[in-house]
This record gives sequence, structure tokens and C-alpha cells, in this order.
Amino acid sequence: MEFVLLIFLPIVAALFVPFLYKTVKNIHTGWFVFIISAALFIYYLRFIEKTLNGNVDTSTLSWIPSLDIAFIAYIDGLSLLFSLLITGIGALVVLYSIFYLDKKREKLNNFYVYLLMFMTAMLGIVQSDHMITLYLFWELTSISSFLLIGYWYTRDRSRFGALKSMMITVFGGLMMLGGLVLLSIMGDTYSIRELIANASSFIGHDYFTLALVLVLLGAFTKSAQFPFYIWLPDAMEAPTPVSAYLHSATMVKAGLYLVARFTPIFASSEVWIWLVTGIGLLTLFWGSFFAVKQTDLKAILAFSTVSQLGLIMSLLGASAVAYHVTGADAAIFKFAAFAAIFHLINHAMFKGSLFMVAGIVDHETGTRDIRKLGGLMSIMPVSFTVAFIGSMSMAGLPPFGGFLSKELFLTSMLALRDFELFNFATWGIIFPIVAWVASVFTFVYSFYFVFKTFAGKRKMQSLPKEPKETSLGMLLSPVVLAAIVVVIFFIPNLIGKMFVKPAVVAMQSGLYNHPDEVTVNVSAWHGWSPELMMTLGIIALGAFLFLTMSKWQKLYDIQPQYFSLNALYDTLMVFGESGMNRLSRFYMTGLIRTYLVYMFAFIAAITTAALFIQDAFAVDMESFSPLNTYGIMTAVILVLAVVMVLFAKTRLAAIIALGGVGYSVALFFVIYKAPDLALTQLVIETVSVALFLLAFHHLPALKRHGESTKFRLGNFIIAAAVGITMTLLALSAHSQKLIPSISQYYKDTVFTEAAGGNIVNVILVDYRGFDTLFEIAVLAIAGIGVYSMIRLRLSRKENSDENK
Amino acid sequence: MEFVMAIVIGILFMAAVYLILSKSLLRIILGTGLLSHGAHLLILTMGGLGGTSPPVLAEGVTDYVDPLPQALILTAIVISFGVTAFIIVLFYRTYAEHKTDNMNLMKGNDEHD
Amino acid sequence: MKTNDVILQTGTKVVFFIIFLFSIHIFFAGHFAPGGGFVGGLLTTAAIVLLLLAFDLKTVQKALPFNFMIVVAVGLLLALGTAAGSILFDVPFFTHAYDDFNLPLFGVSSLHTAMIFDAGVYLVVVGSTITMIQTIGGDS
Repeated sequence: MEFVLLIFLPIVAALFVPFLYKTVKNIHTGWFVFIISAALFIYYLRFIEKTLNGNVDTSTLSWIPSLDIAFIAYIDGLSLLFSLLITGIGALVVLYSIFYLDKKREKLNNFYVYLLMFMTAMLGIVQSDHMITLYLFWELTSISSFLLIGYWYTRDRSRFGALKSMMITVFGGLMMLGGLVLLSIMGDTYSIRELIANASSFIGHDYFTLALVLVLLGAFTKSAQFPFYIWLPDAMEAPTPVSAYLHSATMVKAGLYLVARFTPIFASSEVWIWLVTGIGLLTLFWGSFFAVKQTDLKAILAFSTVSQLGLIMSLLGASAVAYHVTGADAAIFKFAAFAAIFHLINHAMFKGSLFMVAGIVDHETGTRDIRKLGGLMSIMPVSFTVAFIGSMSMAGLPPFGGFLSKELFLTSMLALRDFELFNFATWGIIFPIVAWVASVFTFVYSFYFVFKTFAGKRKMQSLPKEPKETSLGMLLSPVVLAAIVVVIFFIPNLIGKMFVKPAVVAMQSGLYNHPDEVTVNVSAWHGWSPELMMTLGIIALGAFLFLTMSKWQKLYDIQPQYFSLNALYDTLMVFGESGMNRLSRFYMTGLIRTYLVYMFAFIAAITTAALFIQDAFAVDMESFSPLNTYGIMTAVILVLAVVMVLFAKTRLAAIIALGGVGYSVALFFVIYKAPDLALTQLVIETVSVALFLLAFHHLPALKRHGESTKFRLGNFIIAAAVGITMTLLALSAHSQKLIPSISQYYKDTVFTEAAGGNIVNVILVDYRGFDTLFEIAVLAIAGIGVYSMIRLRLSRKENSDENK
Repeated sequence: MEFVMAIVIGILFMAAVYLILSKSLLRIILGTGLLSHGAHLLILTMGGLGGTSPPVLAEGVTDYVDPLPQALILTAIVISFGVTAFIIVLFYRTYAEHKTDNMNLMKGNDEHD
Repeated sequence: MKTNDVILQTGTKVVFFIIFLFSIHIFFAGHFAPGGGFVGGLLTTAAIVLLLLAFDLKTVQKALPFNFMIVVAVGLLLALGTAAGSILFDVPFFTHAYDDFNLPLFGVSSLHTAMIFDAGVYLVVVGSTITMIQTIGGDS
């Protein structure tokens, strides 16, 4: 079976969701969606045996063959890991949403349609080999994210958050498109695999760094890196299942996927390593630092997600170093790739469960404000356990998966000190320090999240609802995720073999031939290494800071509101909107005349410019036909008639003069041997005059409405410009024939092919029948237009009503 | 002869554009009429005015006039009639609804919808 | 004031048929001599316009009791049908066919499917122009 079609399974299923929602009222619509994502998950599991040996699989669906665009699904270790995360966590989130979203009160049809749309988009991103389809799916995730954030569209905050995320991620998407196009120009292919294969051929290309920066802008905006992270906290207005799914486990990781996927292409660049590692670390620190400031449970998690994404980003940057070193050092940087993927899995698990717990707390107590919460431990023991496991894993403590990946992270950052290229020898020391400080704050906010909510004094009076442990169904998904978090700690190497190593091979292609060559062995205990010391330091300082939090948390208030990235965004938006408004008001006057002036002026300017720039103006006197007495006489009559039209004082005179112009044109047709045209023009002119006379008593008298001399002069200049342009055009077009006309073919074949004698008519009904078909359609539409304007108008109806 | 025609075309276009830019509805209709005449002659001149025989097959004739511009113009003539009729009705309906034929008073912008 | 237009009306009764027959002739001649659907259709329109000028709108409507909008529709269908019909014979859209037939009275005649298409053009031209003129004329 062509598994590329499976990418579209969710979006096709989305077509049926509204019907299911309308007809099957008893069953929560989510169950159908659950079946789809679970089935996809199980299907994708089959690919493990392939990727385990480093094999890949492709499947192609042709889309626009003439532009060489096709949907090429490409499954290697990296895409498979993401596909499994998308469908697996998707299934769990849908399961959770079934209990979270009330089937009576919520518009489930919308919700699940958007969710399925997202699932297709996300699968499309991670499996696309073609860069254009990658971009399309990329924007589709932005759009579905916009729709899901704005799901409760009656709330101002939701709409604001939706718009903000859309603006930032679509901006990044467009930048990325630019980068991808540049890549396709450099590598002369749209296929990512082919680009990777011949990456070395265009490293020195002029566009290389530009393409790199543009692609990174796409990745950074999507993965909420500094300074673009500001959309993510506002995206928390989405329903919690959405936050758990899109905004922590999958969509925000699309940027990471992109960076991982393009690592083999860009790794050779110093800019890449510095940017990815640097921005990643900065984001890691920034997010963890400001997470402690937040008071909303989901906002804490949002900032922690920002921070964790930064962590993975910096690891991806470090893994690119592996392309620059050889020997023993290289092993450590290959480590970084392993650590990145490993932490990505861990993060998806624990952050998913934490979001779900935050949703449960919100659902059962009616608030997410951490200042109002406390002491829920004994009321909601299961939720607490899940939250505890998730937070401890996030803080990097044993015996949870997060501990292992944090150790790997510290190892990689320490190793950056010893990297000797690109000034790392001087500045490398910054990396472990920032990483360590950020880890301290991570520790603090993890404790802050779980203990301020579940431990301490109970504040019953401040809660909108009487808290109780939630239903089994809602607990199921977070418990599964929490269990995985624990399991990972005990079987890291199995996970590594099954998922991480194949992904590393895909990501650092060229360095390995087989997943087994990735010689990373994860163990919880590896002696009294510097990493362990650092972890101990983190625990000590973190615990101290957490305990004294009430003393120093006020420090955050020093930062004024107007001096923040959010304020910058708001200003930009307001300024952009009013600026655009003023700009368009400046030239969109609402007067049709103004627009006509633009059009005519541009016709004259562009045509004349093209004529002279391209050196196309030519007058070939030789080809001119000799002067013709009748022709000159007709021309004089025509010009006189035109002058009469211009200066006519009454409408009757003007219409008769216009008829005179028409009959002169008919005379021209006679002179230039066009019998069909002459006949047609004569009859048309007659019918037109009759038409004018019929419409006569509806038309106003000919008035000039006090046109000033200046006004007339302006019109005259434009008119003269257009007139002269047309004269030049007529001369040049006649004198220059770039390609021979098809007319000769018509002349030669009119009898043999079409069995006709009148070439003009045969062209009309046979050679160019399509034109004629459309033309009579236009004529029919004009007739219907006239009919409907007169017979079907509204005002007449109103009048006749009044008459009654 | 082409040179004379080119000038006639220029004059037709000039008059048409001048009329279309004026304030009165009726003059705009007249302008569109002139514009289509100008366009027809332009196509005809582009194809060349030489040739001794109309494009209808006849014994012993080889020097036919170029039939392609004629076919194009024929459809254009009929369409321009349809458009003229449409514009006339559009304009006089506008005049009836707004009680004015002054284009300057017919101004649309976003605030009015 | 009632105008006396006996001469015009009497003349029209005769001239109408002459123009109409001429238009039919021009239409059929179109494939080999100047003429065709457009010119034929317009001449028929001109004939009807003459009727409208000589008599009034109501009389003409009584004499020609068609809904000209339907004439337009029939014409469009005829044209599209001819074009699409070629698909049934497994040749590309818009392929025309012709052959010589020995018809009684006319002798050997060359018949074309292009003629049917042209008839569609003729009907659309007549239908639309008359619709326009009738509605504009009938608007008070």
C-alpha cells in the first residue's frame, strides 16, 4: 500500500466528522478520532523493524507533474519517531479530550476537524521529502493551530492569542519558504534527500548563509525560540488538550525537526553552529528564568516548554559540531545528537502529562491561578502522583527519564569548551555555565509547579469549585504518559536502540552507515563525573532558591510592562495596522476616476518604457502599404466624427457622431478587404444607435459638471500619453514580427482540413471554436446582466410595495 | 497607409481616454465606445493592411489578407456591443438610483458598507 | 398626438421578411462566403429592431412569442453540445466533422457539424441582443 496516502487519512476523516457529530449524538465524536489516530500509530509501528537496520521507505503521490511537485513520503528513523509521537500522543490527547470537552456544550465538530487537519499537516511535515509540500504542510499546521487556539472564539484573549501565533509562525514560514527556494536553486532539486547527498557541492555558494538564516527563522518561530517565543504563552488560551498536543508535544517540535533534518546540509557552517546552539541556550535560560515569574499553571508550563525547546535546540546545534571533529572528540558530539532526540522523547512524555494535569486541576477546581491553589495532594492523589513524576523528570532527578537526558545534555555542553574551531576555545566556557544556571531555574519552576499546587495549605475559599479527584477516563492518558516516563529511566538503551539511534542516523547521515554504529550507552550511574557534580549543585542551589522563593520572586516586577517583547509586538501590530490604513487611504480614494488614472498612466508608462528599454520600437517603412485615397478620406471623416463626439453640446449630437465613427470604421473594413467585419460593423452600428435611442429618455443630459481647466489639462495629458503610446505600439507591432503568424497555416489548410472557404468564419467556428464558445457565453451573460439590472431590481419591489 | 492608421488609432485612444476620465456618465459611455473602435483598428493595423484579396477562397488567388486579425476583431465587435449595452443600463440605473450623473459624487469606501 | 406611420408599418411588413431571409442566407453561406452566425444573428436582430421601431413593443412580443432568454440558453446548449459531442466519437473536444450528402432539391451539399455550432452562435446573438433591447425598451 502507498503509505503516503495515510498522511491524508486524518484530513479525509475530518470530512466525515461533522456528519458523525450531527447524526450520532450518543457517542462522543472523539471516539472516532481516537480510532483513527490509534490505528495510524499501530500502522507506523510496523516500520520500526525497517528503521532499526537503518533502512528507509518511500512512497510517492504525484501532484503537479508539470512543476515537478509530488507528495513524497519518506520514512527514516527521524520521520518515524515524529510520526509515532504525532499519532501516539495524538491518540492519548484525543482520549483525554473525550472526557475534558463536554459533548453537549462544546462544538466538537469544529474541534475534531481542526485536530485531524493538524494531524495530517504534522505527518506531512515530518514525512515530506519535497520541500514545497513540506512548506505547504508547515503552513497548514500554523492555520490549524490558529483555529484551535481560537477555538473559544468568543473570548478576546483567544482571538488575540490565535492571531499572534499566526502572525509569528506564518512570518517564519514565509521566511523558510525563501530559504527552501534558495536551497532548491543552489542544489538544483526540491528533494531534501538529494540536497543532503550533494550538500558539499554548494557550501561556498553566495546564497548559502542567507538560506541558512531563513530556514532557521522558520524553525525558530515555530519552535518558539527567543525572541519569537512570545506567541506560545498566549497560545495557552487554547483548550488544554490542544496545549498538550500542539504546543508542547508536536507542533512546536516541527522547528526542531527542521533543524535536525537540515543538519547534514548546514552543519559545515560556523553560523549554523553558533546560531542554533546560542539561540537554543539563550532560550533555555530565558524560558526557565521567566517561568518562575508566572502565576498561571499553563503559563508556567508554556515557559518551561519554551525553555526545554531551547535545550533541545542547543543540543542539535552541538551535534553539528560532530561534522568538524574526528577521533575521540567526535564521539562526544555524536552524543549530543543522541541526547537531543532522547530528550525530545522525554519532553513529549512528561510535558504532555503535566499539561493534562494542569487541565485536570483547571477542570476540577475552576482555576489555574497558582496563588489560589494549594494542598490538593490529599484530594487528588492520582493527579498529584502524575504531576510529581512529570515535574521530577523535568527537573532532571532520578529515577525518571529526564535525569538521563539532562546528564547527556551537560556532557555535551561541557564538551563544547574543548571544541577548537570558530572561536569556541575562547567563548566555549559560556555554554556550560548558562546551561547550569538554566538548569537551576528549571529545577525551581518544576518544584514551584508541583508543590505550590499540590502541597502546602489548602485555600478552599478561593476556589470557584469544590475540588475532587477527576474521572478515571481523564486520568488514563496522563497516567500512561507518566508510566512511560518512569519506564524510560529503566530501559534507556532499549529506547535508544529502537527509536533514538535510527533517528540519529537519519539526522547525522554521512557519519554512520548503520544504527548500531551509534555507540552511545546510557546509564544512570557513570561515576563521580563533572556532570554529576553539576547535578548535585543544581539540586542544592535549586532547593535553596525554591525555599526562599517568596523573598525574591518580587524581583521580577522590576521589569516594566512597556519594556518587553510582548509590548514590542503590540506596538508593531498597532503601528503596522494604522500605517497600512493610512497608506492605502492615501491612494485608494474611492473614486473610480482615480483608479482609471492609475491604470492609464501605467499603461502609457510601462508600454513606452518597455518599448525603449527593450529597444523594440521600430518603424519599417518598406512594409507599409501604399497610401490609399479612400483610406485617407475615411480617416479624415473618422477624425472629424471623433472631434464632434468630444465637443458635442447635446446627447443626440454625441450619439450620432459616435455612430459616424462606427460607420467610418466599417468603411475601413471595406477598404481593407474584410467583408465579414464590414457587414458585422454596419449592422452592429445600426443596432447600437437604436439601443442608444431606446435608452435615451433614461439618460441624463450632457453636462460637464464644472470641470476645471486644471482637471481637463490633467485628463488631456494622460489621454495624450495613452494615445501616443498606442500610436507607437501600432507602428512597432506592425513592423516587427518575432515569430511567423499562424495565419499562413489557416490559409493553407482551410479547405483541406475544415472544408470551408471563408477563412474568417472557419477560424471562428472551427480552429478557434473555444474562443467563440466563451464569447457567446459572455454575450449571454451581458444579456442576463441587462435583464437582471432592469427586471430584478430591489427599488422597484419597494416601490410596488408602497403602492399597495 | 499604416502610418496614417497609427495616428488615427492614437487619436481614437486619446479621445476615448479623455472622455472616460471626465465626470459625466454619458461621456464615459461615449469614451468606451471610441475605445473599442480604437482597439479594433489597432488589431487590424498590427496584422498589416496589405493583401489584395479578402480572405475568402477563390480560384487563382494567393495574396489573401491576413484572416486572423479579422477573426479576432469579429468576436471583439460583438462583445463590445454586449458590453456597451451593459454599460448603458448600468449607468442609467445608477443615474436613476443616485439622481446624479456626476462621477465625483459617486464615491465608495469601506466606511459605507 | 398619434403619429401616422402607415407607410413605415406597411413597408416594414415587407422589408422585415426580406432582411430576415437575407440573414438566413448569410448565415448558411458563412462557411464559404462572407457571413456566418454572428452576422446572420445580427441581421435578424436588425430586422426585429425594425419591427420594434415601426410597431410597439407589445405588438412585436405578440407576433414573436418567444422568451428570448430561452433562445440564448438553447443556443449555448447547441454550441456546447456540438463541441462536447465529439467526445462521444472518441476524438478531442471540438473536433468538427463534414461530408457531402446528396439532398433532394439541393443536390450535392457539404454538411458540417460546424454549422450546428454556428447555429448556436446565431441563436445566442439573436437571443441576447433582443433581450437587451426588449428589456431596455420595456423599462419605464
